[in-house]
Amino acid sequence: MIKQFIFILFSIFLSSTLVGQVLPKKGEQQIRKVETHQAKDGHNYDGHNHDGHDHHNHNHGTQSHDGHNHDHNHNHGGQKSTDHKNSSSAASHNGDHSSDHLGPSCDHAHDHHSGEFDPGATAFHHISDANVYSIGPWNFPLPCFLYSKEQGLDVFLSNKFKFDFMGHGEGHQAYNRYFLDGGRVKRVVDSNFPMGEVKIDGVVHDDESHAFVCYQSKMWNADASSTADAGLFGGGITSFFDFSITKNVLSMLIVFLLLAWMFLSMAKSYVTRKGMAPKGIQSILEPIFVFIQDEVAKPFLGPKYMKYQPFLMALFFFILGLNLWGQVPFFGGSNVTGNLAVTMVLAIFTFFVVNFSGNKHYWEHIFAMPGVPKWVLIILSPVEFLGVFIKPLTLMLRLFANITAGHMVIVIFVSLIFVFSKNGASTFGGYATVIPSTLLTIFMMAIELLVAFIQAFVFTILTASYIGAAIEEPHH
Amino acid sequence: MIGSIAAIGMGLAVIGAGIGIGNVGANAMDAIARQPEAVGDIRANMILMAALVEGAALIAIVMCFLVAR
Repeated sequence: MIKQFIFILFSIFLSSTLVGQVLPKKGEQQIRKVETHQAKDGHNYDGHNHDGHDHHNHNHGTQSHDGHNHDHNHNHGGQKSTDHKNSSSAASHNGDHSSDHLGPSCDHAHDHHSGEFDPGATAFHHISDANVYSIGPWNFPLPCFLYSKEQGLDVFLSNKFKFDFMGHGEGHQAYNRYFLDGGRVKRVVDSNFPMGEVKIDGVVHDDESHAFVCYQSKMWNADASSTADAGLFGGGITSFFDFSITKNVLSMLIVFLLLAWMFLSMAKSYVTRKGMAPKGIQSILEPIFVFIQDEVAKPFLGPKYMKYQPFLMALFFFILGLNLWGQVPFFGGSNVTGNLAVTMVLAIFTFFVVNFSGNKHYWEHIFAMPGVPKWVLIILSPVEFLGVFIKPLTLMLRLFANITAGHMVIVIFVSLIFVFSKNGASTFGGYATVIPSTLLTIFMMAIELLVAFIQAFVFTILTASYIGAAIEEPHH
Repeated sequence: MIGSIAAIGMGLAVIGAGIGIGNVGANAMDAIARQPEAVGDIRANMILMAALVEGAALIAIVMCFLVAR
């Protein structure tokens, strides 16, 4: 059983790692994005070209060009002509935005630390994956495996990006069109951007937190990596894959090795210390293990519970381990079980186990519920069939939303200090909020400790109940 | 604007889930008071039911996230 357990744990780890990056390159989405951007600006066209904003307009020309032509236009001449063609729409963009706020511009690339503090953006930065591992204020580089169709595979350590050792993971150097923005690798779409090591002036974002690199006082459109989370936290279907050992992957690896070590040594001690009282780590894990066996596996699965117990245990301890690993303060705070790709893999495992072990009785209850009139079946069967997919979907979303919400609330409670001190401008506000904010954070972390256990338990118990419903023998 | 509407929708979804989980919890407490010896079974089923109610709210919340993004 321990071998099965380790095997399932390993396959969950491996597939969670790989499924974070899916789907082939497609330029269309990028183009659509830029076009809607222009259409939004276009209807407010006032024809004014403000003096002194010439290079600003130029920037937007470049931006439009990136989206339209990066697939088939590779020469500098092409860029120039597109620049001129788009200058009118760029002017309108400028005129439109000058009334309420300035759009993204390289003028402010250097001073992203001044200005207002944005707790939402900070929270999203902290819950997202990163290509650096931060312990306390210090950032450590991680290996990057980046693949794009044009450039092939690039393998290097992320300190190539020259990010600050103490900071938020903003790279000061682009390497082979890749650069680091808030800890995440992004890629310049434009093929006119030079390859190799290039010093960049900074990164700016537009309203939809789409990134642009500032290089030679131009803005270069950039893609986030392809992600499976429908672009919920950036990404989506883009021009490159990020197979790197990111913060999340490293956390999963550590938790996997930790669990494997703990359970292997525990399994060994059952042989070497036979008949003796449990010792060390065994006395923590054994009650939890027996609890899951007695409260989850046996009641829901009946006499055949041993067949599914390794799977349930692997799920429970993997989720619990990752939940707790993300709770350790100042130690990366990796949000692994709050990552849709990871929870999706866990849910897919449940989906396959449930449906492959489903017996005739189970499928009969989905497609032709016995004892139900024909005309009701027309409505009932599609709903039941949808339920087959909705069950793992809710499993995925429940774990993701609970853990992500917990991480975000903690970050926002800490952010209160910076909100009330106006990002350092008001010392009194800062001192006044430190104590309440710390207390709130500790309170929240205590609750999150509870949630870590509850969510691991809920995932396991729901999986067990779905499997139990699928293997139930008819008794009528 | 869409973000604000999505936020209101999220709040409404959570009200529904709150009522549902409240009912689950209240009735579980009732049941435990009636039969303290069945506390283990009741607790496990309570968590299961609460998780199922929560699922509906979570789908709504994620939808709001997607719309408001």
